[in-house]
Amino acid sequence: MSLFYFVSFLSILFSLLVIFTKNPVYSVLALIATFFTFTIQYILLNAQFLAVVNFIVYMGAIMVLFLFVLMLMNLNKESEPMKSNLIKVVGVIAGGTLLVTLVGATKMLQTSEVSALPNSDIGLVENLGKVLFNEFLLPFELSSILLLTALVGAVLLAKKDKRTQNG
Amino acid sequence: MEVAFLIEKTVLVLVLFTLTLSIAAYSTWLERKVAAWLQDRVGPNRAGIFGLLQPLADGGKMFFKEEIIPSGANKWLFIAGPSLALLVSFLGSAVLPFGQNIELFGRSIPLQVTDINVGILYIFGVVSLGVYGIMIGGWASNNKYSLMGAIRGASQNISYEIAMGLSIIALLLVTNSLSFKVIAEQQHGWHWNILVQPLGFLIFLICSFAETNRVPFDLPECETELIGGYQTEYSGFKMGAYMFSEYINMFVSSAVMAVLYFGGYNYPGMDTVNELLGPTWGPLIGVVVMFAKIIAFIFFFMWVRWTVPRFRYDQLMDLGWKVLIPLAIANIVITAIVITIVDKL
Repeated sequence: MSLFYFVSFLSILFSLLVIFTKNPVYSVLALIATFFTFTIQYILLNAQFLAVVNFIVYMGAIMVLFLFVLMLMNLNKESEPMKSNLIKVVGVIAGGTLLVTLVGATKMLQTSEVSALPNSDIGLVENLGKVLFNEFLLPFELSSILLLTALVGAVLLAKKDKRTQNG
Repeated sequence: MEVAFLIEKTVLVLVLFTLTLSIAAYSTWLERKVAAWLQDRVGPNRAGIFGLLQPLADGGKMFFKEEIIPSGANKWLFIAGPSLALLVSFLGSAVLPFGQNIELFGRSIPLQVTDINVGILYIFGVVSLGVYGIMIGGWASNNKYSLMGAIRGASQNISYEIAMGLSIIALLLVTNSLSFKVIAEQQHGWHWNILVQPLGFLIFLICSFAETNRVPFDLPECETELIGGYQTEYSGFKMGAYMFSEYINMFVSSAVMAVLYFGGYNYPGMDTVNELLGPTWGPLIGVVVMFAKIIAFIFFFMWVRWTVPRFRYDQLMDLGWKVLIPLAIANIVITAIVITIVDKL
């Protein structure tokens, strides 16, 4: 349990660093560290497949692309646009209001007993695969079609339009 | 029991660490010897007999060179880049089995640091992290050539990871397991996976050249276009760390290929040998066989380096996206069809 609190502390620390660092590249590096702490949390929950996929997809692929784009844009501290004071004041007020709402909402929350999973090995690859392809086959296939659509859409958007280019 | 387990794992980790370091060090020697051999030269022969002390001399040189951090560079990330590259390259060997269970002091000891049941995916994750060292180092150098190298490294790794993953999926259809231990045991004797997945192996081999940034895919450091790519600004031991991580990556990916496709520690006639030599010395022969396979792969990496010229960048991307990925998908489909037919028969 103490390990859980330690890792959660790290997650929150790194997420805050994402927001508070001035340099965008540092932000992305902190975000990578945040995802790494998530991976540890998944392992603590015995969800090995989820842990390793989070590791590969978020840390290994998506964040590499984030870093890639940031490095290409070469954002510097000097070139970052300064916000006017009015926007800063408005931002502080809006953020404070959200904080009050959240604190009020957590006070209303009723904590329930920790519910143990019927099968604690559900996160292992074999069990997860069986559940996905038996009980949840339709949602699983639908979400994969959604992803495929997004993929094709991205390629279509990035493709040059031949008609407009030829004049 | 617990103490014995801890001692056993600690010793295994230390031995593996030392072995990885020394193999990486002697790969640098071997590389120069192989290059010399292929070009009809002698190669390093001054330090020790056959130049065997050359890695030590090189290491000493790296340590005592002046460390330069360019004034425009981001100091912390400039140091973090090579450190990260070296750190990540060591992680892979944790899940690889180097032999059968060996009996020592009345205990059966597995020659594998840990057998997690997502071993292959773990290796995949570690490989995909490897690019951060290059990217961070290249960006922090504050040099446009370094940045170009870093960007090439990132896009190359991402492109070839896809084909690599697809080629592994076809293998998983055959093995039905993600654990290296199980995959190694399935290939008992001569039932090596290369016999059922030759195309998958070819794709995996090409992709591992790209993932380790070796010639003909060393576009991130391509000295004819980019001076030294991401390591242009590096000198002394930080440069050495990058070079070392490349050799360690080569060792790890050779070991992965040996276990996944070439039977790992299995060899024809291993049962007879195990019966003759008993449960202590028999598996040890298997370990020797495993390392022989790894060194054979490392030699192959070097052979290719001194034979095949470097690709142009567009050729590299074309090969990855237009040749390897469709081939890997076709391989998955064919494998799935064949498995279904065999199961029905």
